[in-house]
Amino acid sequence: MTLTASAKPVAPSRPPAVRRAWRKLSPYAYIAPFFTLFAAFGLFPLIYTAFVSLYRVELQTPGDMEWRGLGNYTALLGDEFFWTALRNTFTIGVISTVPQLVMALGLAHLLNYRLRGRTFLRTAMLLPYATSVAAATLVFAQLFGRDFGLINYVLGLVGFGPVDWQTGTVASQIAVSTIVIWRWTGYNALIYLAGMQSIPTELYEAAEMDGASRWRQFLHVTLPGLRPTILFTVVVSTIGATQLFGEPLLFEGSISGGISHQYQTLGLYMYEQGWGFFHLGRAAAIAWVMFLLILVLVGANALIARRRSRKEAGR
Amino acid sequence: MTTLAAPPTKQPAPEKPAPATRGRSRAGRTMKGGKLAYAILIAAVLVSAFPFYWTIVAASRSNADLAKVPPTLLPGPNLIRNFEAVMEEADIGKALLNSFIVSGSITVGTVLCCTLAGFAFAKLRFRGRGALLAVTVGTMMIPPQLGVIPLFMLIAELQWVNQLQAVILPGLVSAFGVFFMRQYLVQSLPDELIEAARVDGASTARIFWSIVVPVARPGMAVLGMLTFMAAWNDFFWPIVALSSQEPTVQVALRQLGGGYVHDQSVIMAGTLLGTLPVLLVFGLLGRQIVGGIMQGAVKG
Repeated sequence: MTLTASAKPVAPSRPPAVRRAWRKLSPYAYIAPFFTLFAAFGLFPLIYTAFVSLYRVELQTPGDMEWRGLGNYTALLGDEFFWTALRNTFTIGVISTVPQLVMALGLAHLLNYRLRGRTFLRTAMLLPYATSVAAATLVFAQLFGRDFGLINYVLGLVGFGPVDWQTGTVASQIAVSTIVIWRWTGYNALIYLAGMQSIPTELYEAAEMDGASRWRQFLHVTLPGLRPTILFTVVVSTIGATQLFGEPLLFEGSISGGISHQYQTLGLYMYEQGWGFFHLGRAAAIAWVMFLLILVLVGANALIARRRSRKEAGR
Repeated sequence: MTTLAAPPTKQPAPEKPAPATRGRSRAGRTMKGGKLAYAILIAAVLVSAFPFYWTIVAASRSNADLAKVPPTLLPGPNLIRNFEAVMEEADIGKALLNSFIVSGSITVGTVLCCTLAGFAFAKLRFRGRGALLAVTVGTMMIPPQLGVIPLFMLIAELQWVNQLQAVILPGLVSAFGVFFMRQYLVQSLPDELIEAARVDGASTARIFWSIVVPVARPGMAVLGMLTFMAAWNDFFWPIVALSSQEPTVQVALRQLGGGYVHDQSVIMAGTLLGTLPVLLVFGLLGRQIVGGIMQGAVKG
């Protein structure tokens, strides 16, 4: 719509004042489509969440809002399942993010070698990223089956008893994390690879001349060169981990994240409150808590990164 | 959703002509991969690919086959029968159609909006440009999941629940896309080209369509592919805004995994059908998608 408005050809005969005014205004026509949608469906919901969290709002009658003050928050703090979800989000976040990024770093290092079929290798590793959470989870739920799952069968071959991937707290969290690791390792490997390729070769040549081994080159050239990329992936993975939702929801198909909430994450807890128990106001309070959690975690990441680089500079 | 962070770091270095041109493809200088490297990489590829293979095996078997010890590892004859069953139980046909409509509209709309805004941010001067760009980039890291409650209330107010526009319109908002197109155009569209066109009396709209869009096309293609995949795979918002009467593929898969269907091979058949279109896109354009992600990582 805005397109047609700005598409009016500016006739050369138009007086220069009008022309100048149009030139000043027309840029807004180009950003208008995006910002209209952004304001309505992006910015407004984010800000309004804080407001909704102070009201009682029920799913069936989302138009009726009743003031509750901080009631939603105190109810939250008094609910043991909130704390369970918070703890689970943290443990699953660590179990899924740390191995994922370490493996991605290793794979990126290997992919950075001169290889045959490197396009194939890269593409194949990105394949899991192309699958949806829902599809990946349904397949892994099958593989992690207690009685007939392939993973328990293979474990049985090497002498491990069948693991109950659904009921055990640690086991179920490992299973859920595995899905995350499977989907995102290749993606992060490619991000690291891109970072590695932008490190100047001269640095490696200089290191080689100083007699540094490959491992030392990795430690003292690659890792420092990758620092901004690593910080970026850590931040993105942390944010992703706080939002984890589809994997725990579809692992067994229950919105409580297992029989004793053993792998319910905050994202799933929010969904359960809002769309399972119809408390939209309470769900908004959870969203707000998640937002604060992200701010704290990202802030901590940034702080650690800055501290480290300052230490490095001081050396 | 993908990549952001620091401003572009890679600048062409014209003062060193000989190494700079060779510099990009420095394959000759990097170390050659040994046997161990290949072994580990191929293992990683197998781990990446196995769940897909397993989906095909499970989708072409019967439920009884899947409960056998030792497990069956080869495809069976039941694929078509399972497809039919899943069509009946979860209406995957309608879900596929809806997903095409939703993802297609989101892709076209997003690429258009983001190219327009990216062009304005990259090449036009206007009051508030810095602030507006900062707001856009600033929200890029905030997960949209945090806004679903008010968004749902808005959609309910508009009476859009269970209608496809409830998923399409919010899907058009891509702060990442705006930033991506801006970076692309800052790097690939010289100011002189625009100045020359202005001297010739071309209007901004004319410049956009006949200069900017042709230059931006490769960037638009990358953004389009990433947007399509993200839209196809989006999960949280569609299951909130839609139901089994008007499902996208992910909504249908959620229904399949919700415990009402007990036949595992049927569930896997649904998973296979829902994943095939993205895999097809990936098979055709995988190389470009890989390039887009790596480029975005360095640029962003």
